[in-house]
Amino acid sequence: MTSTRQLVVPAQHDQLARLASFVGAAAIEVGFGDAQVNRIELAVDEACSNIIDHAYRGAPGVIRLTVEIESQRQLTIILVDQGTPFDPDRVPAYAPCTSLDEVKIGGLGIHLMRQAMDDVCFEFNVPGIGNRLTMIKHL
Amino acid sequence: MEISVKPLKHVDIVSVNGRVDSATAPEFDNALKGLLERGRKKIVLDFTGLDYISSAGLRAMLSALKTAKNGGGNVVLVKINDRIRDTLTLVGFQTLFLQFEDLVEAVDSF
Repeated sequence: MTSTRQLVVPAQHDQLARLASFVGAAAIEVGFGDAQVNRIELAVDEACSNIIDHAYRGAPGVIRLTVEIESQRQLTIILVDQGTPFDPDRVPAYAPCTSLDEVKIGGLGIHLMRQAMDDVCFEFNVPGIGNRLTMIKHL
Repeated sequence: MEISVKPLKHVDIVSVNGRVDSATAPEFDNALKGLLERGRKKIVLDFTGLDYISSAGLRAMLSALKTAKNGGGNVVLVKINDRIRDTLTLVGFQTLFLQFEDLVEAVDSF
């Protein structure tokens, strides 16, 4: 059985802790342990920071977070915004490496999202919806 | 997030508590930059009370590490919990930062 919950917040950095706490509770409900809950919170935090900084660019807007909880199975996270489409493929890929000189800081957020979740799917300008990011994590 | 800086003779201990995300990272970044601009290049980040760090905080850490090392100093970490350790591993930072379990040991590493 799937249980669905939604949180709608202004696209502001001071809402990130609230968004993380909301999704963290959903992850615990699915059955994820502490390390995975942290990774899921990270993915949502990074995605929402991108929406605030790159899609809305500081302008007023709304972030709509929907979680679909399938107990002992998987968590689906859907983030919707009406900002300018932000194409993650235009961000240079972050490559973790062992030398400080070689580390490039760009792309860190997207890298964390992809590392933390099993599926990350961006859709832009979906009619009647806006930009939609779907992230799935299997237990 | 709360930050406190304890200056010792040659080393500064920066204690960070709570969450470092995009909302709070600028304050964390400014604290580190403030020390480095004053020539304080030997920094111990005490993460005993750190619950969470996102890429915004990681960028501040990396920037501080680069500046400190360029000036002959370093940024080392002490008392990292499992959540933070996992985040650092996801981005490959565990090989860039020296990590200690004990504060005295961290200070003595300089």
